[in-house]
Amino acid sequence: MREGLSLENIVIALGGKQLLAINAHVGKGDVLTVMGPSGAGKSTLLAYIGGFLDPAFDASGKVLVDGIDLTGLPAGERHAGILFQDPLLFPHMSVGGNLAFALPAAYKGWIFRRRRCEMALGNIGLDGYFDRDPDTLSGGQRARVALARVLLSDPRTLLLDEPFSKLDAELRAQMRQLVFTKARDRGLPVLMVTHDPSDAEAAGGQVLRIG
Amino acid sequence: MEAALRRGKLTPMRQADRALSIAIAVSPALVILILAGPVIAGLAGTLLPAFGFFPVLGGDSFNLDGYTMLFAEPGIWMSVWLSLFTGLAATAISLVVVILAIAAGTGTRAFAWLTRMISPLLAVPHAAAAFGFLFLFSPSGFLSRLMSPELTGWTQPPDILIPNDPMGFSLILGLALKEIPFLLLMALAAASQIKIAQSRQLIASFGYGRIAGFLIGIWPQLYRRMRLPVFAVLAFSTTVVDVAAILGPTNPAPLVIRLVGWINDPDLSMRFIASSGAVVLVLLTLTAILLWTGLERAGSVLMRRQSGRGQRFARDALAQKLSLIVATLTCVIVLTGLLLLGLWSIAGLWQFPHAIPSQLTMRSWMSALPQMGGPLWTTIAVACLSTGISLALVVLVLQRASETKREARAGQWLIYMPLIVPQASFLFGLQLLVLGSPFAVSVPMLVLVHMVFVLPYVMLSLGDPWRGFDQRYEQIAFGLGQSRWNVFWKIRLAMLLRPILTAFAVGFAVSAGLYLPTVLIGAGRLPTITTEAVALASGGNRRAIGVYAFMQTLLPFVAFSLAMLVPTLLFVNRRAMRH
Repeated sequence: MREGLSLENIVIALGGKQLLAINAHVGKGDVLTVMGPSGAGKSTLLAYIGGFLDPAFDASGKVLVDGIDLTGLPAGERHAGILFQDPLLFPHMSVGGNLAFALPAAYKGWIFRRRRCEMALGNIGLDGYFDRDPDTLSGGQRARVALARVLLSDPRTLLLDEPFSKLDAELRAQMRQLVFTKARDRGLPVLMVTHDPSDAEAAGGQVLRIG
Repeated sequence: MEAALRRGKLTPMRQADRALSIAIAVSPALVILILAGPVIAGLAGTLLPAFGFFPVLGGDSFNLDGYTMLFAEPGIWMSVWLSLFTGLAATAISLVVVILAIAAGTGTRAFAWLTRMISPLLAVPHAAAAFGFLFLFSPSGFLSRLMSPELTGWTQPPDILIPNDPMGFSLILGLALKEIPFLLLMALAAASQIKIAQSRQLIASFGYGRIAGFLIGIWPQLYRRMRLPVFAVLAFSTTVVDVAAILGPTNPAPLVIRLVGWINDPDLSMRFIASSGAVVLVLLTLTAILLWTGLERAGSVLMRRQSGRGQRFARDALAQKLSLIVATLTCVIVLTGLLLLGLWSIAGLWQFPHAIPSQLTMRSWMSALPQMGGPLWTTIAVACLSTGISLALVVLVLQRASETKREARAGQWLIYMPLIVPQASFLFGLQLLVLGSPFAVSVPMLVLVHMVFVLPYVMLSLGDPWRGFDQRYEQIAFGLGQSRWNVFWKIRLAMLLRPILTAFAVGFAVSAGLYLPTVLIGAGRLPTITTEAVALASGGNRRAIGVYAFMQTLLPFVAFSLAMLVPTLLFVNRRAMRH
């Protein structure tokens, strides 16, 4: 068994035309950056790993995390946490509700679950925000809640889809640091797709160019 | 089973996911069955007797006797002409009003106000709107009272045939009142798919007037997207029963009215005429659609010629104002009509030419209420059941479409089929089949038939919000380790609660307002508020009509209010869920 995220012979094609072919390994706490112009199939790769690829695509190859093959599992059992360029907090839940929704059901007891979520909020500097409406948060606060949410779900791996492209320069630097530090502390293998070279630079890991 | 559970194959969550997957997979077949089944079976049941096959009545050979009898009926061609003329005229007038209102209005504050005013009108039942029209414009109606005796000198209601004028003009206007809101909303939905504001700026920069610029530059693309709704309006107007029974000419009446008379005739041999009439009605609708496509052609040729000339028609301020005023008038007429319904329902003595009643009394309500309970519950039960089942199916079909990322082109036609095929033509055949079956006259049967008409509107109402949903929310939820079941309920349905409830209200309003399907399939034994209201039309008791028509309007109004109120209360502290 190899620790971390392995992409073995992944080939994705659309209508007989090959979009991308990838063989790669990301160790625990490492970041693999996949770069390419828009339309090169970056997001398609994430969709394949996450288990929600549009059926119009033909895809093959294995995705393994710590030796577990994800490709045979339904999307909800892969635990491939994902962050998009928008925080996409669920607008019908409170900030705390978003976190509790992510926390695995194995953590039992309402009070314990709530305390867990409040602690996570404290860790990102949002003490006392549990009952807040996500729509009243600033852009930076939302991005941090989105990160806390995905980390609370105990993911096996972290998928980042242009995660910083909508933040302004100052916030972007902060969020990059926060995301990569947290992932490293947790020992999460991270796959990031981006078209921004400075993202790759900040990640500091290997870089794959496609398209 | 236990072993399977231990292997983690059949956890309750996975079972729920599996059940959901199966429901999603079979839903399209169910929808096709529900929409196409009754229409096709009904048409078959109409066609056979129309050509002489009707074993119960001794018809067992192919013949055209039904048609011979049909065309021997007095004034039959006049009836055919009336149906064709009123249908085409009502559709054309409604469409012109809508085109001009959009052309003059889009982007202005007056237009935003107008659309807000006009969309609730969609929920007003056709019969109630027609009664309101009647109470406003009849010789003893409100308008005549307002002007009498000072302006007109009338101390008695004048003896003129409005409504029920022999050429059907009041029917045309009454139909247009309800079709203008429908077409306007359809046009706005279509407009949201094209970049209308940008094109308008571009066209304006060439110096075109608002109306001319819109007609030349934008209308053609817009119209292409709303042809099916226009056909539905056309088919509806040529074959509608309740509005024609209230406002239409009587001697002779439009074809569909006479057809219903033959269907309900106690003399069973009239069924041969009825089925021939139903076939003629289908041909009539086809003719109307053919004529309409001819008009479309002519219109597009004219338009192309005109746009080639390059005339700008830049000075159209007056035309713009007029266009908006006409559209606003439809709102004013319908709303005044509804007020009059309410007023008549509580009117005591109200002599001509007094503009308002001399006294108010609850007597009409008191005497109507005891008999109203049964029809009221039938209306509510049938509306809730047919809409509830339709909504569940629509949600599953839409979910399937968004999972497979495929929209069936044929789906659009399937949805519009029950709205385009004349109701009377297939309901007649369906009634023959149903009455011979063990389910005969029952609430479940009525619910099933209502679904044929409710489901399309629920689909039309929910389709756009559903397709507009950002699927990344679901992808995130899957990534958080949630099952398909959870994602479906707690993310997709929860976030779409508002449009889902609106779709429910739309379906409820459609079902509560259905007249002909209820009369024919209920065989008169399952009365609803709508059938009772229309049945009162011939009696002319304005107070009783006021009570029933007001009630008929109240039901969808309550449904829409709840659809707005519930999400507002649930999401009281969620700013992003307000719209």
